[in-house]
Amino acid sequence: MQRIGVFVCHCGTNIAGTVDVKAVAEALRYEPGVVISTEYQYMCSQAGQDMIHEAIRENNLTGIVVCSCSPRMHEATFRKTAQSAGLNPYMVEIANIREQCSWVHKDMEIGTEKAIILGRAAIAKVNLNAPLTPGETPVTKRALVIGGGIAGIQTALDIADAGFPVDIVETKPTIGGKMAQLDKTFPTLDCAACILTPKMVEAAQHENIRILSYSEVQDIKGFVGNFTVQIKKKARYVKEDICTGCGLCTEKCPQKKVPNEFNLEMDNRRAIYIPFAQAVPKVATIDPNYCTMLKTGKCGVCAKVCTAKAIDYTQKDEIMEEKYGAIVAATGFNPISMKPFDEYAYSQSKDVITSLEFERLMNAAGPTGGKLLRPSDGKHPHTIVFVQCVGSRCSAHASKGKEYCSKICCMYTAKHAMLTRDKYPDTDVYVFYIDVRTPGKNFDEFYRRAVEEYGVHYVKGMVGKVSPEGDKLMVQASDLLADKQLHIEADLVVLAAAIEPDMSARPLATMLTASMDTNDFFTEAHPKLRPVESPTAGVFLSGACQGPKDIPETVSQAGAAAAKVIGLLAKDKLKGNPCVAGSDEWMCNGCSSCERVCPYGAITYVTKEFRMPDRTTALRRVAQVNEAVCQGCGACTVACPSGAMDLKGFASSQIMAEVDAICK
Amino acid sequence: MENNTNRMKEQILRTSGVNPLKCMRCGKCSGTCPAYDEMEYHPHEFVYMVERGDIEPLLKSESLYKCLSCFACVDRCPRDVEPAKLVEAVRLMVIRQQGQNHLKPDQIPEMLDDELPQQAIVSALRKYAK
Amino acid sequence: MQMTEFKPKIVAFCCNWCSYAGADLAGNNRLNYPAEVKIIRVPCSCRVNPMFILRAFQRGADGVILCGCHPGDCHYTSGNYYTRRRMALLFSMLNFLGIEKERTRVEWVSAAEGAKFAATMNDFVAQITALGENKRLEDLRCKK
Repeated sequence: MQRIGVFVCHCGTNIAGTVDVKAVAEALRYEPGVVISTEYQYMCSQAGQDMIHEAIRENNLTGIVVCSCSPRMHEATFRKTAQSAGLNPYMVEIANIREQCSWVHKDMEIGTEKAIILGRAAIAKVNLNAPLTPGETPVTKRALVIGGGIAGIQTALDIADAGFPVDIVETKPTIGGKMAQLDKTFPTLDCAACILTPKMVEAAQHENIRILSYSEVQDIKGFVGNFTVQIKKKARYVKEDICTGCGLCTEKCPQKKVPNEFNLEMDNRRAIYIPFAQAVPKVATIDPNYCTMLKTGKCGVCAKVCTAKAIDYTQKDEIMEEKYGAIVAATGFNPISMKPFDEYAYSQSKDVITSLEFERLMNAAGPTGGKLLRPSDGKHPHTIVFVQCVGSRCSAHASKGKEYCSKICCMYTAKHAMLTRDKYPDTDVYVFYIDVRTPGKNFDEFYRRAVEEYGVHYVKGMVGKVSPEGDKLMVQASDLLADKQLHIEADLVVLAAAIEPDMSARPLATMLTASMDTNDFFTEAHPKLRPVESPTAGVFLSGACQGPKDIPETVSQAGAAAAKVIGLLAKDKLKGNPCVAGSDEWMCNGCSSCERVCPYGAITYVTKEFRMPDRTTALRRVAQVNEAVCQGCGACTVACPSGAMDLKGFASSQIMAEVDAICK
Repeated sequence: MENNTNRMKEQILRTSGVNPLKCMRCGKCSGTCPAYDEMEYHPHEFVYMVERGDIEPLLKSESLYKCLSCFACVDRCPRDVEPAKLVEAVRLMVIRQQGQNHLKPDQIPEMLDDELPQQAIVSALRKYAK
Repeated sequence: MQMTEFKPKIVAFCCNWCSYAGADLAGNNRLNYPAEVKIIRVPCSCRVNPMFILRAFQRGADGVILCGCHPGDCHYTSGNYYTRRRMALLFSMLNFLGIEKERTRVEWVSAAEGAKFAATMNDFVAQITALGENKRLEDLRCKK
C-alpha cells in the first residue's frame, strides 16, 4: 500500500478564488492510501517545496499528489522536490486544478467538486505508480555524415572542429557534390570552385575527418549514441594511399569513349579517371564497366605508365563495420528527368538542355572550356530561351512533375541570364516565368539587376511547345501580360528542371527508420522548432535531403545539424525517458503487431528460452523494447492483442484507475 | 442576373468536371494552343473568366468554335486543370439552347470537297450541333 | 424534472503535446466550458485503448471525447493516424454494443487552439446532455 501525501495549492487566489481548497484537502484525506492532506498558499515557492520535503520525510511518503497548476508548468519542479527528499521523482502526480478547473469555472461549488474529482483521479493513479529510473546508455563519440556535398562537408568540418572524429561517406569517387559542378554562385557571383575547393581540402586535411569516398552505407543497426554501420568501400582498382593523382594514367588509357557524368555526359572521359582537377581525394578510379583490362584481361596500360605502382586490378569491394554516436543524412538532390516532358523536345534536340548542363557549359573547366557553345554544332547561340518551373509546382494528379516549388530555380535562372548577357551582349535572352520567387538576402535585387542592367527579357507566361526546325528551335509560348502568343526562333533552350531527393535517400531512411514525406524528402522532428533533426533520435538532417535549398541555406542548416550532433556527442551518457513501453514476455504471443506500429523501430523480436512451469524449457519468440529508442507514445500498447505491452508511467491499469475515479 | 450567372457557372463546372481554382495562372495552355491566334478568348482566359463567373462574353464568343479540341492544353497543364473541357462545356451550354446549332445539316453540301474525310463532317456536326 | 438537473459525466482523453496544452490555453484565456468535462492526460492519442472508452461507459460515463494533435502534427509523427483508424473502427461498432455513437467523438485540437477546445467541449456537453443518461451500457454492479 502506498503512503500518499496530498498537497493542495491556493496559487494566491488563482485557485482559491473558485475552489474551496480547504474542502478539497479535507475531502481527499480519506481517499485510499492518503496519509496526509494539506493546503498552502504557493506550493511552488521555496516554502511550499520545503513543506512537501518535510512531509515526505516525516510521514515516510511513497507518493505525492500536488493539486496545483498544469503539469506542463511545475511537474519538473515538484519532481525535483521529491527527489531531494529521497522519493523517486516519478512517484509525483499533478492534479491540474488551475488551468483545467479554477480558471474555466466560475462557481465555487462546481469548481470545488471538480477539483476533488481531479485530485481523486490523481490519487488513484499514484496508488499504481512504480518508481522509474531512466535508462542510461553510453555515447560513441564519433559521427557519420552520409553524403559529401557542401552540406556534408560543412557538417563534418563543424563537428570535427569541436573535437569529435567524423567519417564522411560519399558514393562518388570525390567529395564536392553538386556544388563542384556549378560555375558561379548567386547572388554574389563568386565562382563555386573558389569557395568550395578550399573547404574540400580542409576536410581532407582535418585530423578529425576521414573521407570514405567511392563508398556506400549498406546497413545500419543500433540507436542513438550506439549505431553500428556497415560501409562498403567499392573497389577502385587503385591503391588510394599510393596514388599521387598525377593523372598520367587518365591521359594514356586507350578507352576514350566513356560518357563523362561529371559534365553530364556532354563529353567523354577515359575508363580510368579523376572526376575533376580539384577532386578530393585526388586519386584515380577505374570504371569497371568500361575498363578493357577488367573486362577482357587484355590492356594494362595504366599499370605500365603508373610510376607509383598504384594500380591493382585484383582489388575487391571491402566491407567495414564502424560504430557511431550520431548519423547525419546529407544525401542531397538531383534534377528530375526531363524525358517525360516531350513538349520541350529535350530528347529530340541536343540544344535543349537543363540548367545544370548549362552550368557545365559556362564553367571554365567544363566541356567547352567555359565558352557558351551549342552542344549540337558548337556554334555560339544568339537567342536563348530559359523556361522556369519545368516539373515544379505540378498538380499531385498530373502525370508528371513534382508538387513543390524547387526554390532555387528562379535565382539560378536569373544568374544564367545575367552571366550570358554579361559575357555575350549580342545574345537575346528570354526568361519565361510563372512567378519570380526571390526571397532571400540580396536576392530580389539580383533579379532586378538581371532585368534592369543586363536587359534580360522576362516574360510572364509559359512555353507550351519547343519544336526543332533545321538548326533552330521554334519556341511557342504565351505572353500573358501582352495577351499574345509568342513564336521565338531560338538557338538554345534551357529548362529549369525541378529537383528531387537523391535516389539513395529512401533506402537510407529505411535503414535509419527515419521518416520521409511523399516526395522522399526526410521529415524533420518538428517543422519549426526542430528543423535539423529527424524524429528518429540520433539522426540529423543536413542540406537538400530535407527539402530544396540553396547554398547559403544549406550551409546554415549544415552548421545547425553539426551543433545538434556536438550537443549529443558531448554527453557521456544519455538519460532516456523512463516512460517507455515494456513487454511482459510471458504474455507476449510473438505476433509482431507492436513491431509494425512502432514509428521508431524500437521493438525487435528475439527468440528466447523459457523455463516452463513443468520444468521443461521452451523456445518462444517475444517482443523486446529498446528503451533508448522508445519515445513512449504507446501506439504498441493498443496494438498488442494479448495485453503484454504496457507503457510505464501511463500503464493501462493507471489510466483505467483514473477513468474509474472520474466516473465514480 | 447575378443568380443566373452563378447558375451558369455551376452548370459549366458540373458538365466539365473542371475546378478552375486549381489554376496557377502559368499560361502554358495558351502557350501550347495551336488555335491561339484565331481565338478571341484564349484558354487561360476561359479558365479565369469562368472562375470569376464572367460567362456572358464567353457564350457569345466565336472562340468556342475555334478551339480544335486537340487537348494539348489538357495534356500539358501542370496543374491538371483541363481548359479544353471548359471550352467544351461552354459550347455545349450554347448549342443545347434552341436554335443555337452552329452547324446545320443543310450547310454541309457547300463545304464538301474531295479532300474532306467523311469522319470530319460527322464529328463536326456532333461537335457544333445538338 | 430530473432531466433538467442531469449533469453528464464526461471523460476527455487529451494528448500531452497538443490537446492538453490546448486545454491549458483555454484555462489561460479563461474560456469557460462545463465542469462535467474531466481530462485525463495521455502521452499520445494513440495511447488510448478502445478498452478505456468502453470502461468509462461501463463505469457510468455519459460521453467520452478523445483529443489529439492535428493529422500531420503528431509529436510521435504517426500516432494520431492510428487513433483515427482505431476509433473509426470502434465507433462503427458502438451502436451494436448499445451505445449511441454520438456519445463519443474524436477532435483534433492543437496547443494553440484554446478557443477550439472550449467550443468543442461546450458543444460536446450540449450534445451529451441532449442524449441523456447513459443507461444501456452502464454496469449497475459498479454503481453502489
